Amino acid sequence: MDATQDSGAQPRRRFLAEAAAGAVGACCVGVPLASGLVAWLDPLSKASGSGDWIQVASLSSVPTDGTPVRVTVVTGKSDAWTRDAAVPVGVVYLRRTAPAQVVALHSVCPHAGCFVDYQTDRRAFFCPCHDSTFAVDGSINDPRSPSPRPMDTLTVEVRGEAVWLRFQNFRSGIPAKVALT
Amino acid sequence: MKKLIDWIDQRTGMQGLLHEVLFERIPGGARWRYVWGSTLSFCFLVQILTGVVLWMAYSPSANSAWESVYYIQHEMTGGWFLRGLHHFVAQAMHVLLVLHLLQVIIDGAYKAPREVNYWFGVVLLMLTLGLGLTGYLLPWDQKGFGATKVATSLIGIVPLVGPSLQKLVVGGSDYGHHTLTRFFALHAGVLPGLMIAAIAAHVALFRKHGITAKQPYRKPEANFWPDQVLMDGVACLAVLASVVYLTVRHHGAELHAPADPTQPFNAARPEWYFLFLFEFLKLDFLTQWFGHQGELVGAIVIPGVVMGILAGMPFIGGWRLGHRFNLGFLGVVLVGAVLLTVKSLRSDAANPGFQAAVIQAQTDADRMVTLIQANGGIPRDGAVALLNQDPATVGPRLFAQHCASCHRYGGHDGLGVVSAEAPSAPDLRGFGSAVWLRGLLNPEQITNGFYYGGTKFRTGKMARYVQEKLPALKAKDPAAMASMIEAVVAEADLPANRAGLAARTPQIEAGRVHVSTTFGCTDCHAFRKADEDATAPTLTGWGSRAWMVRLISDPTHADFYGKRNDRMPSYLKDGRLSEREIGLIVDWIREDTAPGAWLKPVGVSK
Ligand code: HEM
Ligand code: FES
Repeated sequence: MDATQDSGAQPRRRFLAEAAAGAVGACCVGVPLASGLVAWLDPLSKASGSGDWIQVASLSSVPTDGTPVRVTVVTGKSDAWTRDAAVPVGVVYLRRTAPAQVVALHSVCPHAGCFVDYQTDRRAFFCPCHDSTFAVDGSINDPRSPSPRPMDTLTVEVRGEAVWLRFQNFRSGIPAKVALT
Repeated sequence: MKKLIDWIDQRTGMQGLLHEVLFERIPGGARWRYVWGSTLSFCFLVQILTGVVLWMAYSPSANSAWESVYYIQHEMTGGWFLRGLHHFVAQAMHVLLVLHLLQVIIDGAYKAPREVNYWFGVVLLMLTLGLGLTGYLLPWDQKGFGATKVATSLIGIVPLVGPSLQKLVVGGSDYGHHTLTRFFALHAGVLPGLMIAAIAAHVALFRKHGITAKQPYRKPEANFWPDQVLMDGVACLAVLASVVYLTVRHHGAELHAPADPTQPFNAARPEWYFLFLFEFLKLDFLTQWFGHQGELVGAIVIPGVVMGILAGMPFIGGWRLGHRFNLGFLGVVLVGAVLLTVKSLRSDAANPGFQAAVIQAQTDADRMVTLIQANGGIPRDGAVALLNQDPATVGPRLFAQHCASCHRYGGHDGLGVVSAEAPSAPDLRGFGSAVWLRGLLNPEQITNGFYYGGTKFRTGKMARYVQEKLPALKAKDPAAMASMIEAVVAEADLPANRAGLAARTPQIEAGRVHVSTTFGCTDCHAFRKADEDATAPTLTGWGSRAWMVRLISDPTHADFYGKRNDRMPSYLKDGRLSEREIGLIVDWIREDTAPGAWLKPVGVSK
């Protein structure tokens, strides 16, 4: 075979060379790219680990007249490489609805995640970001509130003198209450 | 020298390149309206220079980010200036981008054959917005944290991919170390890298097509060098001067107290150049027209459509009246953005809750600095842990949360929020002081609401005693009255009252006798000895730390109100507050908040 002959004269050989070059290239770029991508996607494979029962307050600390109290939920939590035995993971409002019955409202606004504040003098919840307002029971009490749903409730159990709840965070900005996983 | 230049030129073609850069033709001569692109490149250069040095001192993790920025701001030589430059140049870039965009659209420089170049410009706009957004979180202070939370939760509402995307951006289900590492990698690596590439393409294409000269030409065609270079230089200098002015005036960029997600933060706002978007989400029409989908429409669909139209302008501009449409559209968007920004600023200015939160944020930030300096540095647990031990910070928060539904503090709730409702229990500002006690014992003041609020004690025995008996006793022996007050106030042992105590001792001792004799306080109160028959709160240790902690822990104890307690909860007994928390409230009310009183600096031997 003539060494100087243009490989274009041999379409099959030329195709093989092109395919090989493509494969070698894809491999060289693909392996590091994929290794990065896999690690970058790591958060998707990590569950939030929320939803466990946590003791948050004593029953007597929740006023009997139905006024909400703000309570910080403290429990064990991992944040990447840090593990804490007891750190605040969220804040809820507890409200007594019957002598031994307590309702918990999540303090995170269902609109876009700001901290909803309870205003004693208005006897209502108010979000300082886009002015959503909620009644003491968490329902939207002003139709102009941009929040797509009432404040999120959490599952509560009164066990003797202690108030327990399953703490979760929820997706904001959508009408349905969907727990973040 | 010439030989060296030649040597380099032969191997690099540098002179040709330089020539091409400087001798770019400008039909119609140099003009001020062409400076915007150069000022933006200049700003980007400043951001790289300042950013890289900030990087050398910045530590992205949830318990070191704020701490490292604190160190840059307050401890590093020239740190505040460096940070201030980075902060204000970022703001200047957003203004300049708008001016640049306006010039490009008005002059028609976006039309064929410069479409691709225009798109690189749009990409640069988005990259700059991205850098502003990611940078705002890095200090991990209250405002950056609060505002970025809103931004990332908006990602979550994107249909289908939203939740996964949010998790990838946040680096998990919740904010934490990986939120910062990811934001920082974007901010200092990915986005600037893309920006350099986009600027290179933008400038190369600009050179390829030449400048779109504004008609009519005012002057003969000229080179880029020297007139336009001079104008560009002057413009950059003007930008720099404004930025330096702002930096010096504000002593660098603001640094709020460190983020604490357990505290409500009623002043969470994005950086001002995102404020119009924030305010847009408040508009009523979103919920009225789109109901539950209002937020999706307001945060994703409409901004997406606007960006789409912006990107499509080169095509639209080709149609009949298209250029007019583009001009009009841009005008409407910009005027709308300005109006929304003004609306947002004005509604915040008229909102007392917001104003109180801003002042509170400033107080917390200043206090944080005081504490760190008193401690000689930040403990390993981080700055928030230090702040959470501080009575001056935590006391008023707890008061607002647990006490202010009945009590007041100087007329407000401890955090500066004034309630429209009348208080139903005493105002505790200055409790334990002579001023407070003199007011209580003043027949005109005792029932004015400051003292007994709306409790049943307002018309009780004590009020009657002050109104019916005390005036005569006081008139008879004013000196005895003064020493009685000194004696009771001495029980409180307020830090503010400790000076000159020795000189007052004789008076206090005389006063102690008057308490039980002249004034007959001990008919109802116990004072400095056990008293089985006492029916009113004990005056032994009245207003002292121990007395107050015990009272708040359980006002129904026989030493205090006993069975006659009017509504005040037993905070410790009911599990509402811990003893430590009660102590923090008490220390704050007693103004016993000097860091020296509770801080034990680590490793400092005195
Ligand atoms: C157009 C380019 C850039 C813009 C618009 C920008 C914007 C910002 C903003 C708004 C902040 C927050 C500062 C504050 O107000 O507290 C920030 C912080 C920061 N930026 Fe940039 N930045 C840019 C480029 C860079 C580059 C290229 C780097 C590094 C190579 C960098 C490194 C940093 C660091 C370390 C911080 C944290 C320090 C601090 O917050 O003071 N930035 N940036
Ligand atoms: S985040 Fe609460 S109203 Fe928008």
